[in-house]
Parts: sequence; C-alpha cells; structure tokens
Amino acid sequence: MTDLRDLYQQIILDHNRSPRNFRKLDDANRQAEGNNPLCGDVLTVFVRVEDGAIADIAFQGSGCAISQASASLMTEAVKGKTCEEAEHLFRAFRAMVTARDDNAEERKALGKLAALGGVRQFPARVKCANLPWHTLHAALEQWSEPVSTERTGV
Amino acid sequence: MTMVHQAFPSTRASSSFDVQRIRSDFPIFEQRQAGKRLVYLDNAATSQKPAAVIDAVCRFYKEQNANIHRGVYELSDRATFEYDQAREKVQRFVNAAAPEEIVFVRGTTEAINLVAQSFARPRLRPGDEVILSVMEHHSNIVPWQLVCEATGSRLRVVPMTDDGELLLDEYVKLLNRRTSIVALVHVSNTLGSINPASEMVRLAHERGIPVLLDGAQAVPHMRVNVQDLGCDFYAFSAHKMFGPTGIGVLYGRAAHLEAMPPYQGGGDMILSVRFEKTRYAAPPAKFEAGTQHLAGAVGLGAAIDYLDTIDPAALADHEGELLARATKALSSVPGVRLIGTARRKTSVVSFVMDGVHAHDVGTILDREGICVRTGHHCTQPIMERLGVPATARASFSFYNTHEDVDALVRGLKRVRDVFGV
Repeated sequence: MTDLRDLYQQIILDHNRSPRNFRKLDDANRQAEGNNPLCGDVLTVFVRVEDGAIADIAFQGSGCAISQASASLMTEAVKGKTCEEAEHLFRAFRAMVTARDDNAEERKALGKLAALGGVRQFPARVKCANLPWHTLHAALEQWSEPVSTERTGV
Repeated sequence: MTMVHQAFPSTRASSSFDVQRIRSDFPIFEQRQAGKRLVYLDNAATSQKPAAVIDAVCRFYKEQNANIHRGVYELSDRATFEYDQAREKVQRFVNAAAPEEIVFVRGTTEAINLVAQSFARPRLRPGDEVILSVMEHHSNIVPWQLVCEATGSRLRVVPMTDDGELLLDEYVKLLNRRTSIVALVHVSNTLGSINPASEMVRLAHERGIPVLLDGAQAVPHMRVNVQDLGCDFYAFSAHKMFGPTGIGVLYGRAAHLEAMPPYQGGGDMILSVRFEKTRYAAPPAKFEAGTQHLAGAVGLGAAIDYLDTIDPAALADHEGELLARATKALSSVPGVRLIGTARRKTSVVSFVMDGVHAHDVGTILDREGICVRTGHHCTQPIMERLGVPATARASFSFYNTHEDVDALVRGLKRVRDVFGV
C-alpha cells in the first residue's frame, strides 16, 4: 500500500480538491488546450507573459487527481519565473516522472513538484502528470494545435 | 483436467452452473495480480480465453498449418477443411441461412467499415441519411462519417433516456425516404443496455431500409439468431467472445453480399485476373482478399464449441445474478452513481464516484488486483449526453464470481479511504 500513498500524497489530494489558480485568465496573451483522448482529461492553460516572464498563469479543465494536482502545482511553481526557467523546470519535471529511480537531489531542486515523483511507479499515469506541462509548453511556444497525449508523446 | 470436460461436452450442459469448474478452464486465472487473486472485470474490452481455444490455435500451427485453397497436397486440404469448418460453426452459432453469408474479417470494426464502403457508399447520394444511435461505439460512428463526407450524406442520431434506453418514438420519426441505412449497436459496451433490435429492424424494414447491427457486446452474453433479428448485416469480434484477437465476423444476407463490390482486392478473392478485366469470386471469398487469419478462425470455431458446452440459460442466470449483486452493492457505496440503468441490461456496471475521477478509481483498484476500464470507453457521445467526463466500468462474464463483486466493493471502500471522501 505504500506505493499508493506515494502516488496520492496529501499535497496531491489537497491540490486536487482545491486547485490553485483555477480560473480563466481574462488578460492572458498565451493560451493552449491539452487533452488525453484515452481518459478524457482536458485542460486549458492561460498565461500572461510580460518581458519574457510568466506574470500570471491559470488553468481550467477536468481530469483525474494527478492531472489536476499537477496543473495546480505547476501554476504555483512557474508564476514569476522567466519562460526559460519554466521550460527548464518542465524538463526536470519530465525527467523525474519518467526516471527509473528516485533522485534525492533532483527532488530537492523541484520543491513541491517532487510530490508527483510517485507517478513513476505507475506508468499508465505518467501522461496525466505531464499533460499540464506539455500544454504550458504549447502555450509558451504559441502552437496553433491543441496538445494531445496521443500525438506528442506527452 | 480441463481436457476431460471438453472431451465430453454433452455432460457439461446441465442446469447447474459450476463457476469454479468453468474458471479452471481459463489458464489466466491461475496467476495472481499485484500479489492478489486476479479479479478481471474488463470483459467488455476483451474476454479471457479458455484452454480449448488456446490449444486449438496452437494445434493449428503445430499440426495443420498450410495455406488454404491453394495446395494440391493433403496438409493444405486439412487447413482448408479446418477453416471451412470454422465458418460453418459461425453459421450455426448465429443461425445464418448459409455458410456463404459468413465473412471472416479482422473484427467488428473492419466488418462495419466493409459494409460502409462496399454496401452503403455506392448507394448514398447527397442529402441521404444514415441513422445511428447516441450510444454507438466510435467504430460504428467513424466509418459512417467517412462515407458521409465522401458522398455528401449525413448522420442522424437516435436519442436515449437518462437511463440509457433508446427513444423508439424518436427513432421512428427519423426514418424517412432519405434514410439509406440504419446502423445500431445491439448491446451498449458502456451502459450494458440491450436495445430492442428486432423491433428496430422491423420498423426500418417496413420502410424498405436495411439495418446493420453491431453485435460485439451481444454475442458474449446471449444467443444471437440473425434470422430472428431479421437484420441485413451483423458484426462481431471473436476476442470478446473467448476467441482470439484479430478475427471477427460479418454476417450479411446472401443477396446483399452477392450485389456488393469487393472491399479489398488481392489473391483468393478472384476467379480470374487479366489486366483488362478481373472476375471476382463469389461471397464470402470475394471479401476475403489475401491470406486470412486461419489460426484465428480455427480459434473462433473452438470458442463456439466451448460456448456450446455451457447451458445458455444457466449462463444468463449467473450473469443476471452478478449484475443484480453488483448493482445493489455499488448503489450502497456512498458517493457512487450508476451510469446506465436500462431495464434490459447485460452484466455491465458503469459508475462515477463523487470527488474521485474514474482514472484514480482504476489505479487504486488495480493495486487490489481488480481490472476495470476507465475513461470514455470509445463512446464520447454517451459521455457528453450524460454530462460525465469519464466512468469506471466493471463488466462481468460468466466466469466471474460473487467474490469478484465483493472484491470490487471492498476496492471502492479503499478508494474512499485513500481520497478521504
């Protein structure tokens, strides 16, 4: 049972129940949609970029606890960061959830996001954790097509 | 021990239903999942295979393998015989008028595509209509969209109640002189609803409209008689009825199959090939281009033989008990809402849980050794109609037990513990 508690940590259940920055951002100048056609998760990420930095970020959508908590934690983590720093975090996050083993140093660098590290024991759920990040990436890159877990290898 | 039973099938068909003996026919139940007893409740996605089917496939490759219809040698004759035998078993299984009405395909999806492309497409004119229901699997939607796009015709959709029953009055209103074909799911994979197929066929036929039935979820649970149903086409897959993957069946009335152009061209579907003109073989060969899934057909035949050893009434009673027990037990779990409560259902229970997404339900149940499907079940229009993003679905087969139902209920309590709801 320990692995279930690794996946569904209190912080994840909390962010799932009360997601932070869960709203439409009226003055967003970047926006992207992401979906997982296999399980029906959908979300929209709104970003206001000012001077190469994320001045504000929010999201809306529905999905499992992992994708909701991941999106919520992501918005907290990248707000105020430069776009480049956000992309760097995305790479570190993706490395963490797909790594074979836990890496204490990486975990430390990711702060609260490390709570999602338990996903690596649940291969079917990695896409759920990654979807918000791929969607943020698409928003920052101003892709015209929605992100799909089945097209981008999310 | 299983072989003894299979050798004397007639002794098996009794009114008593010994589920433990039946389980011993399925090798997969010997293994444990997550250190626990395997509780397989995803039968609507695919069924498990009895040793009789696995052995038949192995035996074909070990003892009978050669290409069919081509060899002058004895081994090829034997393979041809086995393949033809399988077709005759399918014919008897669905009570088709002749073996020539049975076309082997890859599965239900290919069967529907075949009818859409070879039967419907040449008949469809701009403005014509194809009638489907809101509870179709994507495989009975997308093939029709493709032919509609190509021909300028359009889809009309039969609505359903909140319980998951089709509205026949609305169906009748949709039938009109522009209707080219009706394509309906016999049993819903997501809701378990058993649709009044023979009545819907009759209503269409009164107006001269042909009907295809998607029977993928019907054949594992009930005896289907295509002549009683009266349908023009009936499609199903072997893998959902205890046979191998990669093989399925299109039943088509002889007159239709004879009039239809081929679906794919290739070897074995021809009488003669010249660059000026090729003459096609008669059905079913006309629709079976290239080397077919011979071992798969043989395995499907073995699955039918296996089902013949089980009393259909006893099977239906047992599955009915499982459905009743699961429906009652899940209704009593706080926060659980059943999706699909039609009066006539197969043993499928879809549900949502307050505060917990279906995907999370599935992950936690998996850790308890319980396999359920979560998501939209390839029926996004149903999800939209009922306003749920996803459901968890437990689908029972005759080898499931009351203990499996109880394990599911315990698993859902575990879900509530983890989520603190």
